[in-house]
Amino acid sequence: MSLRGLSPRFWVAAGIVAFVVLVGVLGPLILRTDPDTTVGGLYDKPQCCGKLLLGTDNEGQSVLINLVYGTRTSLIVGLIAGLIATAIGLFVGLVSGYRGGWIDDVLSAITNVGLAIPAIVVIILVSVSLPKRNIYTLAVVIGLTAWFWVARSVRAQSSSVREREHIDVAKLSGAGFWSILARDVLPYLLSYVVMAAVLQISSAILFESTLSLLGLGPGDATSLGTMLYWAIAWGSVRTGAWWAFVPPTLMLTLIVFGLLLLQSSLNEVFNPRLRRGRAARRRMVTQVTEPETVGAAGLLTGTEPR
Amino acid sequence: MGTLVDARNIRGVYYTGAKDVVAVDDVSIRVEEGEVLGLAGESGSGKTTLGSIISLIARPPLHVEQGTLEIDGKVQELGGDARIPRTWRGSVVSMLPQGAMNSISPTKRVRHLVWDVMRSHDRRISKEVALDRARERITALGLPVRVLDAYPHQLSGGMKQRVVTIISTLLNPRLLVADEPTSALDVSSQKILIEMLLEMLDQKFMSGVIFVTHDLPVLRTVATKIAVMYQGRVVESGPTQLMVDRPQHPYTKALMSSVLTPEPKYSKIRIEGMSGFDRTSFDAPAVIHS
Amino acid sequence: MIYDVSHLTKVFGRGRHQVRAVDDVSFELEEGQITTIVGESGSGKSTVARMLLGLLPITSGTLTFRGKDVTHLRDRAEYWRQVQAVFQDPFSSFNQFFTVGKLLNRSMKLVGKEAGQQRLEESLGHVGMDLEVLDRYPHQLSGGQRQRVMIARALMMRPALLIADEATSMLDASLRVNILNVLTDLRDSLGMTVLFITHDIGQACYLADRVLVMEHGKMVEQGPTDEVIFSPRHAYTKRLLADVPKLHSALELEQP
Repeated sequence: MSLRGLSPRFWVAAGIVAFVVLVGVLGPLILRTDPDTTVGGLYDKPQCCGKLLLGTDNEGQSVLINLVYGTRTSLIVGLIAGLIATAIGLFVGLVSGYRGGWIDDVLSAITNVGLAIPAIVVIILVSVSLPKRNIYTLAVVIGLTAWFWVARSVRAQSSSVREREHIDVAKLSGAGFWSILARDVLPYLLSYVVMAAVLQISSAILFESTLSLLGLGPGDATSLGTMLYWAIAWGSVRTGAWWAFVPPTLMLTLIVFGLLLLQSSLNEVFNPRLRRGRAARRRMVTQVTEPETVGAAGLLTGTEPR
Repeated sequence: MGTLVDARNIRGVYYTGAKDVVAVDDVSIRVEEGEVLGLAGESGSGKTTLGSIISLIARPPLHVEQGTLEIDGKVQELGGDARIPRTWRGSVVSMLPQGAMNSISPTKRVRHLVWDVMRSHDRRISKEVALDRARERITALGLPVRVLDAYPHQLSGGMKQRVVTIISTLLNPRLLVADEPTSALDVSSQKILIEMLLEMLDQKFMSGVIFVTHDLPVLRTVATKIAVMYQGRVVESGPTQLMVDRPQHPYTKALMSSVLTPEPKYSKIRIEGMSGFDRTSFDAPAVIHS
Repeated sequence: MIYDVSHLTKVFGRGRHQVRAVDDVSFELEEGQITTIVGESGSGKSTVARMLLGLLPITSGTLTFRGKDVTHLRDRAEYWRQVQAVFQDPFSSFNQFFTVGKLLNRSMKLVGKEAGQQRLEESLGHVGMDLEVLDRYPHQLSGGQRQRVMIARALMMRPALLIADEATSMLDASLRVNILNVLTDLRDSLGMTVLFITHDIGQACYLADRVLVMEHGKMVEQGPTDEVIFSPRHAYTKRLLADVPKLHSALELEQP
C-alpha cells in the first residue's frame, strides 16, 4: 500500500500515538530524575520552566516527571497485555475456527464463559491476591483476562476463510494442518489482527489505570492511574490543585483516543470499501459492491447515484 | 414502429488514477420500438459499462466523456457535466443490474421493495396504490400474488429473478436495460424468465429491452438484433439470425465458434475457439447490418 | 475400471433439518476416459466431487480406487498423489499471498524434491505456460491463466484421476474451449482419467466419453455421451435438453 493512499485521519492518529510514545520513551531519558524525588512542597503551582512546569503533587514530587514515567508505565503495560491477549486470542480463534468439530465446541464454550465473566472483577481479585504487584505481573494478568473477544472474532473470520477453495487446494497439495493454519488462514486475518491488537492495547491501558485508580496499581512504578489515585486521595479536586489530576487524565485520553483513531483509520486502509460508498449505500435497498454494478437498487428505486 | 432509443457516439472512461481505461469507445446503438437488442461480449468488452451509461447511472470512477441519448424524440446530452433529469432514471430508462436478485434486502418482504421503488418516484403515492399496481402485474404475468408477502430467501432463484424483473418495470419505463439477467439461473428458469420478458414487452410494460449477456445461445432465443462488443467497440451488429448464421466480422466468427451447445457435431470435432483466429484480425472495421 | 462409487450418500444436518445432498449414487469411472457429471445447482454434483477427494466425510457408501477401499482413509497423502482436482473459482482457489512458484512448490512434499523441478516444467508445458509465470501473483494473471496454473498444480503429481469441478464455468467462452482442449489432450497423451463436473450440457457434449445426469442428489441417467444427450430416456434429462438454448434453430425443431 502506498503512503499516498492513507487518509488524513490516519496521519492525525499516527501523530498522536507517536507523540505519546515519544513522551513515554524520551521523557524519562531527558528529565533524568527519579519520579520519587521531592522537588517542592505540597501542591506547588505550575511555574516556568523545567521540572515544575506542571507543579508538584501531594508529596512534593514533580507532576511532569511523574507524567512521563506514568506514560511509560501505561505503554509498557498496554503493549505487553495487548500482545498477550492478541496472541492467545489469535491462537485459540484460529484453531477453533479452522478446525471446527468438538475442539471448536470446547474452545468456544471457554471463550463464551470468559466473555460472560466481567474481566474487571477477575483482575481485581487476582491482583489483590498477588504476592507482588509490579507492572509486569499486572500486564500479564490483564492480558490473560482480555483475550476472549479476540478469540471470538478471529474464530468467526477463520471459519469463513476455511470455506475458501484455496484451503482445499492446499490440502490436495499435501500441506499439513499447521502449515495451512499459518500460511493459508493467518495471512487473510492479519490486517484484522493488527487492528484487534491496537484495540487490545488501548483497553489494557484503561484497565491498568482503572486498577491503579482503585489503589491496586503496580507497587514499583508510577502510572497515570496511581497519579489519579493520589490526587483524589489527597483532595486535589477539593483544593483546586487541577495540575495534579488534569495532566494524567488528558494523557490517558490522548493515548486511548489516538489508538482508537488509529484503529479506525487502519480499518479504512484495509477495507477500502469503507472509504467510498459510506452512508449513501446503506440507504439503498440493495447492497451491491461490485464496481460495475454499484447501486443496484439505487437503480431499481431510481435513487440519485452519488 | 419507430425508433425507441438512439444512443450516439458514447465514450465512457474509467478514471482510475494511474491511467484512464476507455471502456466504451465511440459506440452508437439503436433500439426500435418493441424489440430486444442483445448486447453480447466477453468480460471486459464494455457491455456492462455501455448498459449503465444508457441507463443513466454512470458514476465515478466511470465518466461519460461524450454521447447523446435520444428517446421518443427527446435528446439528452450524456457527456461531461450534463444534468440528467431525475424523471428519466427509473421511469424512462430502468436498469436491472447483474445479481440484483441476490442484493435485495433479506430482512424485508417483497412488497416493501415494491413500495420503496414506487415511492422513490412519487413521494405521495399510497402503499395501496403501489401494491395494487404490483399485484396487477404479477397476476398478468401468471405469478402467484403471495410472492409479495414472501421474504427473498423463501423464493427460488428463478422466482426471485422474475420478481425483481417485474419490479424494475413497475414505473413503465420506455427502455429496460437488463444486465446478465439469466446468468445465475438454471436453464429451465432461464427459459421461463425469457418467456416472461417477451410477454412483458407484448403487454407494453416497457417498450424495448437491452439485454446484456455473454451467453449467445440465450440471446438467440430472446433478441431481435444482436450487437457484439469487443474492447469497447461494437464490432458487428445486425438481426439475430444473420449474426448467428453468417457472422462477417472475424471477432464475431471467433465468438460464435467458441460456443458449445449440445449438438451432435460438437461431440465429434475439435474446436480451437479463439486461439484458432488471428487476434490482429479482430481490429477490422465494424460490420453493421441494417 | 479405475474408480468404483457404490451407494454413495451424504446427509447434511440432523433431525428435521436433514438434507440428503447425495442420495444413493453409484457409478464407475473407466480408465483413460472423460466422464462428466451434469446437474443444475443443488443437484449434489459438487458434493460428490468433494467426497471423492476426501475433503468431505461420507455418510454411507463405499469408494474403491484401483481395487482398494478408499472410503475412510486416515492418511491421504498417497491417495492425493493419484487423485487431484481443479476447482471452480479461479480467484478463491488461489492463496493471494503466494506466487505461482510458491503454490507449485508446495506439492514438492508429495512429489519429492528431485522429481519436483522436472515435473514443474513438464506440468506447465502441458497447459502451455512457461516458467516466467512462476514469479507472478494470482492477481497478475487472467482467469484463463489462473485455471491453467491450477491444472498444472494438479498435474505435478501425475495423477491417475483428475477431478474438475465446474473448472470452466467462470471463464469466458473463448478461454473455456481452451481449457477443455487441455483436458482432452491430457486424456489422449497421458491416458489420464478425468471426472468433469458441470451444469452445462454443451460442454459435457463436447468433452465427455460418458455422461452422468444428477437431479436433487440422485443419479437419474448415465451412459455414453451420444446416448444420453441425443436420445435421453429420463424425463429430467429430456426437459434439460429441451430447455437448453441452442445456437442453431434447426436443432430445436428436432427436439421433442
